[in-house]
Amino acid sequence: MRIPILKLGNYLLISIQMELDDKTAIQFQEDLLQRIHETGATGVVVDLTSVDIIDSFIAKVLGEVVSMSDLMGAKVVLTGIQPAVAITLIDLGIHLQNVQTALDLEQGLMKLHQELGE
Amino acid sequence: MEPHSFIGIKKEWDIVGARQLGREIARKLGFGTVDQARIATAISEIARNIYLYAEDGKVTFETIEGMNHKGLRIIASDNGPGIDNISQVMEDGYTTSGGLGAGLPGVKRLMDEFDIQSEVGKGTIVTAVKWLR
Ligand SMILES: Nc1ncnc2c1ncn2[C@@H]1O[C@H](COP(=O)(O)OP(=O)(O)O)[C@@H](O)[C@H]1O
Ligand SMILES: [Mg+2]
Repeated sequence: MRIPILKLGNYLLISIQMELDDKTAIQFQEDLLQRIHETGATGVVVDLTSVDIIDSFIAKVLGEVVSMSDLMGAKVVLTGIQPAVAITLIDLGIHLQNVQTALDLEQGLMKLHQELGE
Repeated sequence: MEPHSFIGIKKEWDIVGARQLGREIARKLGFGTVDQARIATAISEIARNIYLYAEDGKVTFETIEGMNHKGLRIIASDNGPGIDNISQVMEDGYTTSGGLGAGLPGVKRLMDEFDIQSEVGKGTIVTAVKWLR
């Protein structure tokens, strides 16, 4: 299964609506980097509103998505992290440093607009 | 719901199956969303460890009912290579697979009780309990 990636101007939007097994997560990582390369996107919003679990593997993949995208010139904002997920991440000792977050998709887009001035 | 149920861990997708089943059992027992997420995350970590390091094993769920105590016990057991130095694998960041090394110490923090027994060449048993409050 693949996670759909939508293009909106210079940005890419992803709303994760399926269970994130390891394969889906890795496939998403590859697909997103490929799309950034193809489109020259400068910003990415990954919406996690429907994600009810982030374990250490998914956290690692998401952290890598952020730093790899950064290397390719695209800023990533993670949005909609559920309270329960934020709590379990802290229990796991995972702090996702240097990762930009926002409350929802709309705020995530605003954050990109502010930072990138586009 | 049966007091004992288990799920075999052989394929990567079994990790998802185990955490979904565990969350469902936790929800039926009356755990709130945050504890459901803690339990599902803990199961995901120990099930992935079976898949990655032992290849084959199982996760068992037991509901515990005492006088004024109700809880969920999760047991992950495998016949894999075992762990030579338990205190080392319980350190945050220790990994032999390029992971985050957050799994076992994380499970200990996510759950109320935690125990790990392992014998090199024999296998590993991780037991964790969450109490309903
Ligand atoms: N069931 C197991 N059988 C054998 N070794 C294990 C098992 N579970 C964990 N380990 C060992 O403990 C280490 C730490 O595990 P963990 O805390 O989950 O972090 P990670 O999986 O990210 O490496 C693993 O890298 C592995 O060497
Ligand atoms: Mg692990």
